[in-house]
Amino acid sequence: MSGETIQITYREAVRAAIREALDRDPRVFLMGEDVGRYGGCYAVSQGLYDDYGPARIRDTPLSECGFTGAGIGAALGGMWPIVEIMTVNFSLLALDQIVNNAATIRHMSGGQFHVPVVIRMATGAGKQLAAQHSHSLETWYAHVPGLKVAAPATLEDARGMLWTALTDPDPVILFEHVMLYNRAGTLAADASAVPITGAAVRRAGTDVSLITYGGCLFKTLEAAAQLAAADIAAEVIDLRSLRPLDDATLMASVAKTHRAVIIDEGWRSGSLAAEVSARIMEQAFWELDAPVGRVCSAEVPIPYPKHLEDAAVPQVPAIVAAAKATLGQ
Amino acid sequence: MTDAHPPDNTPQAHKLHLSRTHALHLLREMLRIRAFEERCAELYTAEKIRGFLHLYSGEEAIAVGIMQGLAPTDAVVATYREHGHALARGLPMDRLMAEMYGKETGVSRGRGGSMHLFDAERRFYGGSAIVGAGIPLAVGLALADRMQARTQVTACFFGEGAVAEGAFHESLNLAALWQLPVLFVCENNRYAMGTALERSESETDIARKAAGYQMPAVALDGMDVIAVEAAAREAIAEIRNGGGPRFLECRTYRFRAHSMFDPQLYRDKAEVAQWKQQGPIVRFRRWLEAAGMLDADTAGQLDAEIAQALAAAVDFAEGSDWEPVADLTRDVAG
Repeated sequence: MSGETIQITYREAVRAAIREALDRDPRVFLMGEDVGRYGGCYAVSQGLYDDYGPARIRDTPLSECGFTGAGIGAALGGMWPIVEIMTVNFSLLALDQIVNNAATIRHMSGGQFHVPVVIRMATGAGKQLAAQHSHSLETWYAHVPGLKVAAPATLEDARGMLWTALTDPDPVILFEHVMLYNRAGTLAADASAVPITGAAVRRAGTDVSLITYGGCLFKTLEAAAQLAAADIAAEVIDLRSLRPLDDATLMASVAKTHRAVIIDEGWRSGSLAAEVSARIMEQAFWELDAPVGRVCSAEVPIPYPKHLEDAAVPQVPAIVAAAKATLGQ
Repeated sequence: MTDAHPPDNTPQAHKLHLSRTHALHLLREMLRIRAFEERCAELYTAEKIRGFLHLYSGEEAIAVGIMQGLAPTDAVVATYREHGHALARGLPMDRLMAEMYGKETGVSRGRGGSMHLFDAERRFYGGSAIVGAGIPLAVGLALADRMQARTQVTACFFGEGAVAEGAFHESLNLAALWQLPVLFVCENNRYAMGTALERSESETDIARKAAGYQMPAVALDGMDVIAVEAAAREAIAEIRNGGGPRFLECRTYRFRAHSMFDPQLYRDKAEVAQWKQQGPIVRFRRWLEAAGMLDADTAGQLDAEIAQALAAAVDFAEGSDWEPVADLTRDVAG
C-alpha cells in the first residue's frame, strides 16, 4: 500500500477493474449489448472498445439468452468472459441459461466442467425507469446453488470484486445498483482484488444490527448517522456476498446488539431479507431482544413518477423507524 | 419437408470412397447404439434405470455419420436423446451404462443419468434437457476456439422441436454474424414429443429457415449413414477452413416412443411400420449384403462382439457403487 489515493466514481472503478482484467489475462473479454461502440448503457465500458478492439469488447445483438449462453459456453471452452446484461429485468431472458446451464453443469457433470463466467448487471430503482428497468431480483439468483452472487456497494468492492470473480472457477453474478454509478469518493491508487465472499461491518455499533447490501448501503449508513444523533449506536453490515451468506458475521453482530433490521430493495415476500431473518431465527433466536425487522420495497411494480418510486423503495426514515421499533421507541 | 413417406433411395455410397473396413465400422457403430438402447429399455422395465429414457432408435445414422467427420479435439453438444451421440463419440459403454443406473462410476458420477452425459476428455458437453438450451453453449465453445486461434469445430445436435425456441434463432444469428466454427445438426424426426412439425412451424423447411441466417444449409436423408457422413465431412472441412457455420437438417424418424411414458396417440402404427422398413440399419445392411461386403458369418460375429460388450457393461454397472450421500454437495458452488 502506497497510501496514495485517487478520486474516482463507482462507474470508473468498475471500468478500471475491467481494464485491469483485460490487461492481466488474454482469456478475459467483455460482451453485451452496446458495450462497445456505444460505451455501455451506463457508460461503464466507455473507451474500452477503442483500446481493446471489437473481439474483446464485443457488441452483441439483443439476444440475452443467446449471448449469455455463449458466454457460458465460452467459459466452458477456456475463456474468462465478462457478460454484461443491461438490467436484471432483462436478465430474465437469459434466466434459463444461467439457472439451467451455468449453475448446473459443474455438479451435473460430476465435477468435470467449470463455468468461470462473470455476469454483471445493473439493478434497482431510482432513475424513474418504471417497472421493466427498476426491479431488484438479486434474491432470485441468490436462491440457486451453483451460483455465487455478490453486490459491490463500495468503491473498493466495485474495483476489486471483478478480478476475484473472474479467477473463481464457478459462475459469479455481480449486481451493480444503478444509483451507485455516479457515487464518487477516494480509493487507494493501488486498489486491487478483494474477496467476493464475506460480509463487512461498515459501521460498528452496539444497539441494533442494520443488515443490508448494494444500493441500500448508503441509505442505511445515513440512517445510522441519524440514529447516532438519537443516542442509538447502530451497526451496519454490508452483506457484499448474497450467496453464500456470511452467517458468522451476521450472528456475531446480533449476539452483540440483540436486535436486527434487514434493509433490502427486493420485495418483502420471499426476499433475501426473509432468508436473513430466518437464519437469525435459526441461529441466534435466544440472543434476540426484539423481533427481527425488515424494510423492503412495497409490493408493486416500480412506478415511473418520482414520488411513487421513492415511496416504493426503502428510504432513510423507514430504516430509522424500523431500528427504533426494535428498541421499543 | 412435406412428404409423408420415408425416402427409399439406396445409400449414397458414391459420395465417399467406402472401404469394407469403414463400412463395417459404420454398421458396428449403429448396431452398438441400437443394442445398448434395447437393453436400456429392458432395464427400464426391470426398474434398474429410472427417470426419463429417450431412445434414439431410427436416428442412429445421424450420430454415427456426423462423428466420422470430427477430430478428437472437436467439441460435441448433444441433446437429452443422446445415448447415440455419446457412444458414437467414443464414451465407454460400461461407464455409460453405469450412468444409466446412476452409479458413481458413470460418466457424470451417476448424477446426470440418461439426459446428462458428460466427458471432458472427449469434449462431450452433455445433453441438455431444456430443448434448444445447448445451442448457445455450442456458439460459446466455438467462440472460445476462435478467440484462442484454435481450429476446432463444435458439433451441435438438436431436434426439430428446438427450432421453435428463441435460443435456436439467437444462436444461429450469433454464429453467422461472428462466423464461428459450428456445425449445426438438426435431427428432424418430425415430432416434437407428440406435436408434428406441420402443427408447430409456419415454415416446415428447416434448412431454408437456417439459410435465412446467411449460412449454408442443406437437408439430407438422415437415415442414410453414408449421406450423413459425406455431408458432415464436407461441412466440417469448410468450417475448419474458416468458412463459418454450416447447417445440416437430417431428416429422420423416431421408431420408439418419445420416452417410456408415451402411448403414441399422435401417430399411426402404420406410419411407424413404414418408416421402419427404411431404417438406417436395415437399409445399410441390405446394401452391404448386395455389395458383397457383409456375409452371415461377419454379421454374426458383429452381433456377438456387441452382445459381449453389452453384457460386460451391464455387469460393470451392476457391480459399481452408488456415490456416497456424504458427497451430495461436492462440486457445487455457493
